[in-house]
Amino acid sequence: MARAFTPKVVTANALLEGDVIYMKPNGEWSRLHSEAKLFEDETEANDALAHASEQASLLVGAYLADAVKRKDGKPEPVHFREVFRTKGPSNYPDHGKQAEL
Amino acid sequence: MYEYNQFDRDFVENRNKQFRAQVERRLDGSLTEDEFKPLRLMNGLYLQLHAYMLRVAIPYGTLNSRKMRQLAYLADKWDKGYGHFTTRQNIQYNWPKLKDVPDMLDALGEVEMHAIQTSGNCIRNVTADHFAGAAADEIEDPRPTAELLRQWSTDHPEFQFLPRKFKIAITGAPNDRAVVKAHDIGIQMNRNEAGEPGYRIIVGGGLGRTPMIGKTVREFLPKEDLLPYLEAILQVYNLNGRRDNKYKARIKILVHETGVEEITSMIEEVFEKQKSLHQAPPAEMIEAIEAQFLPPEFDTRPIDEDKLSKIIAADPLLRSFVETNTDLHREDTHTIVTISLKPIGGTPGDATGDQMRVMANLAEAYGYDELRISHEQNVILPHVRRDDLPEIFKVLKDAGLATANVGLLSDIIACPGMDYCALATARSIPVAQELSNAFEDLKRQKDIGPLKIKISGCINACGHHHVGHIGILGLDKAGVESYQITLGGDGTETAAIGERTGPGFSYEEIVPAIGRIIDRYLELREDGSETFLEAYRRVGADPFKDALYSSEAENA
Repeated sequence: MARAFTPKVVTANALLEGDVIYMKPNGEWSRLHSEAKLFEDETEANDALAHASEQASLLVGAYLADAVKRKDGKPEPVHFREVFRTKGPSNYPDHGKQAEL
Repeated sequence: MYEYNQFDRDFVENRNKQFRAQVERRLDGSLTEDEFKPLRLMNGLYLQLHAYMLRVAIPYGTLNSRKMRQLAYLADKWDKGYGHFTTRQNIQYNWPKLKDVPDMLDALGEVEMHAIQTSGNCIRNVTADHFAGAAADEIEDPRPTAELLRQWSTDHPEFQFLPRKFKIAITGAPNDRAVVKAHDIGIQMNRNEAGEPGYRIIVGGGLGRTPMIGKTVREFLPKEDLLPYLEAILQVYNLNGRRDNKYKARIKILVHETGVEEITSMIEEVFEKQKSLHQAPPAEMIEAIEAQFLPPEFDTRPIDEDKLSKIIAADPLLRSFVETNTDLHREDTHTIVTISLKPIGGTPGDATGDQMRVMANLAEAYGYDELRISHEQNVILPHVRRDDLPEIFKVLKDAGLATANVGLLSDIIACPGMDYCALATARSIPVAQELSNAFEDLKRQKDIGPLKIKISGCINACGHHHVGHIGILGLDKAGVESYQITLGGDGTETAAIGERTGPGFSYEEIVPAIGRIIDRYLELREDGSETFLEAYRRVGADPFKDALYSSEAENA
């Protein structure tokens, strides 16, 4: 039996800086995971990924990453790799996204 | 130091121009990422977890002050003020922006550097003993050979699309500081019965998913036969390597599956043909390369030994630095200084732009303008007068570069791991930092003695964990970081692959687990002179497994 679909965000790296980006509810891109749209429907998630993959002049390597809904309704990453992607390297707390958080 | 000729300059300049145009076409949408990716990788540009990464080749780990200052300039202008020296004697910049990379490559070209062949299924940057030209135990400086190989392998049309990446390392000394037995081809200079210098050729070593110690296919190869012989090895590999399976595509698998006798006869057969076709490089070309690696004119005025020993004896920190961070030089008035890029709690291999300039200044003032990068992620001043040590130490101390830990527990190799690398399955840098912090007392580290801890954040083993006395491999176990321990690895002339101890440890458990191994070693060693590796070889893995797993059970 196929595994049940779990909620996802669409994520990629920005073409110019390589920074991690997430698709927002309006289809634009954010640097913040908390602003990502959480896709709870599989077809919708796949359509959004297909749409992202067409935006070659903006981004590189779009994919769907598991996420869950926090109490405040915002998405939160599941896997530790995705958690690191929301922050930056752990050896330099002033480098990457975490510098501005 | 090899200086580019017009051919080299034109070649690098043209490649940089091509790449600039390729970046422009990517940015204006004429190239897709699928089209652009192989082009950027050919020029050392990766896309990592948080940003792009530019990997710059430092051929055979040799730099001068001008090049080092330019590396500092790149770090300050286009990165976040630092660079990361790697286990392949390269430097990586972790934060370049795509549009800036062509300018970075032009700036590198100004000092005869580039990022070509630091990625892809080609012959990568040739690495060498970081003490080359300075070590007391050397037969010959291996760098003229390494430079010949650089010229031969750069853009070599036959070897641009090998089954997989291909790494060559060379040492000129019987004591192997270049891990030649863990490379696709390892070259060790030796002599025949007539006393002529030549090469022992070792093939099929490698770490990664399937670690292998290389096999000797030629005990003695005359120097003039090197290129046809290596072409024979590469032709055998290119035709027979496992292109069907990425994980079996390295030459080590071919050597293992074919058997060393069979592969040797295949190589020898092609070599005979290749030799007859091959035009040896003209003698004047070899001489011209060799002339660029002549030793400096050493200042051999006698040292005032009394004065020097008094200065050293009066300063315990200096004494400790001299004991730990210097090695025997071929000239007895001189010494080799290793500058540790492993400050307690720091990131192994990182240096700031300011620190790079300090090292460049020291090389210029005291070191005949020579610097080396070691595969152990440190920087070497290969030739300094022993009576300059107090001044050098003072400058290093002021720059935060005087950690006296070379060869000790906190002189850890670590790959970038999941803090940077898109392939990583776990973090490695913070494990190195926490281990270093846990054993911050250098006196304690000295008591523990020579110990090589090597950490990789995935099975690809860029952190050389298989050849660490203690190796740590970070994996993703059901969504949690898990660290496997191997013991008894050795990357020298007595090379060995470490043995796995058993189940892995969580991120929180790994540092205490290493602590238990160290405690057990201190209990069981015969005396202070028995190193960890010697003790391990005497008693085997069991006492350490016991320390790792039974005390864990008791604490549970």
